[in-house]
Amino acid sequence: MTPEFSADAAVPPKSWWWALVALAAAALAGAPYFGDEAFQLDISIIFVFALLALSMGFLWGYAGILSFGQTIFFGLGGYSYAILALNLSATNLPFLGALVIPALFATLLGYFMIYGRISDIYLSVITLVVTLIFEKSIRSTSGPEYVIGAVRLNGQNGIPGVPALTLPWLSEPLSISGVFYLAGGAMLAAYVGLRLLLTTRFGRVLVGIRENEKRMELLGYDTRLYRLAAFVLAGAVAALSGVLYALWGNFVAPEMFNLNQAAQVVIWVIVGGRSTLIGPIVGAGVVQYLSNWLGTVNVGQVTLVLGFVLMVFVQLFSRGVLPSIGDAFERLRRKGKSYGRAP
Amino acid sequence: MTTQEPILWTKGLERRFGGVRAVAGVDFTLKQGELRCLIGPNGAGKSTFFKMITGQLRPTAGEIHIAGRDVREAEPHAIARLGVGIKNQVPDVMNGLSVHENLWLAASSKWRGRQAAAAAGRVAERLSLTPILDRLVGELAHGQRQWVEIGMVIVAEPRIVLLDEPAAGMSDEETALTAQLIREFNREMTIVVVEHDMQFIRRIARMVTVFHQGRILMEDTFDKVVADPTVRDVYLGRSMGA
Repeated sequence: MTPEFSADAAVPPKSWWWALVALAAAALAGAPYFGDEAFQLDISIIFVFALLALSMGFLWGYAGILSFGQTIFFGLGGYSYAILALNLSATNLPFLGALVIPALFATLLGYFMIYGRISDIYLSVITLVVTLIFEKSIRSTSGPEYVIGAVRLNGQNGIPGVPALTLPWLSEPLSISGVFYLAGGAMLAAYVGLRLLLTTRFGRVLVGIRENEKRMELLGYDTRLYRLAAFVLAGAVAALSGVLYALWGNFVAPEMFNLNQAAQVVIWVIVGGRSTLIGPIVGAGVVQYLSNWLGTVNVGQVTLVLGFVLMVFVQLFSRGVLPSIGDAFERLRRKGKSYGRAP
Repeated sequence: MTTQEPILWTKGLERRFGGVRAVAGVDFTLKQGELRCLIGPNGAGKSTFFKMITGQLRPTAGEIHIAGRDVREAEPHAIARLGVGIKNQVPDVMNGLSVHENLWLAASSKWRGRQAAAAAGRVAERLSLTPILDRLVGELAHGQRQWVEIGMVIVAEPRIVLLDEPAAGMSDEETALTAQLIREFNREMTIVVVEHDMQFIRRIARMVTVFHQGRILMEDTFDKVVADPTVRDVYLGRSMGA
């Protein structure tokens, strides 16, 4: 089975994979020269959502944890950056802080769930409930008394005017193409990093735990620690996606935490294929592109049409688009081999 | 290599499930280097006893000491790190991963880098698994999966190996080979085997412990145990004939 199309990724990537990564990096570098700012904004948000989908795909596909509320960390990342950047009148430290705060929250939440030995289904429910609690709580902060430092939380109106990031080696804040590069670069780096992580002892043990947690414990692995580490890592990746979302729109709102957003992440991952890393990226891209396109062609009920399209996708590709393509390749390869064999 | 030092002992060990005492006060002592067989009818408490020793179940009363440590409250991974390996009754492996990955994960719990890969390779060779290293474990025949699991248990060279029905579902040839392997492993490890196949036990056993209704009914050599009228009455009558 080709590791890129399956959840058994212990095998280090082949040279063709590195060539594709280099090609993707080159395409990313060149894209702003061929597309206007509107195009760059459209693609940047797909990168942001793909990163969020990747965080869930990694956690669900490789650690066997379905965190339905991955938006907890997405929203926390965005809000942390907005509040810190507006308070400190700086952007680099808030950028880091916005990764650390959600990661610490993931550690705390993950510790109680994983060390409390809560079953997987309850873990999904708890994460969903927590993200909805965040949404409701923030929605109820419209009054002037809800202030962190000098920043009003503004309830359901969200926080506008989130400062653009000024990287330490640049004098100007990031432009639209700067955000495009940052979002695309972050997504590509997270994908490559997670893919390589899966070939390390940590990644292989994680896959072992997904396959049979009890056996791994009986072999001497403290499976709780590995699961917690995966949960925190995925939380940090989702937080990065949240910060990039805030930078993309210069805006954060309670919708980042809501059910619609949480469910969308699950849909991206299911469409793309949860048992791969590239699947969730493709899933986010396809669904997001479809939503944008349906919005422009005047079909009326966009959600209804999108729902129908998703049903067709799930019927045709029950394991997701990428694993289905992988299966087809595998069948072809086996067929080719059997033809090549002497009778 | 038997010495007098007990590597495992339990005192008054008990486990209740509601009103049922699956294990009802077991005092058990295992010396280092022993090869012990546990026999008894289904429901006698053998598997529950194994599960308590490995931390999969907490005792409701009594003590368990392994290598001088009280492990009543210990987590399964901590007990495994003390050097206890178990092969469960039903093959308990990573079905979605290759034979090599299963053995490597087991070896990697003790060793790092090339040492882990080398240990996995050695065990695969010893159990004749080398030709099927790339096969998915879920696709293997039952007997082969049993060997993969035995390989996973011994690859980290545990001090105590618990084997719950290692020959279940194996052919006669495979069973004979398994018995031979267990005797070989016993040169380096202390082993406890739960088995129903008395021919298999005859091949490997020195001391036999008979479980009945959650207690130890008798503990003696194989010949004395099979000759005992009470043991014949409660258990062997069915498997060996009167």
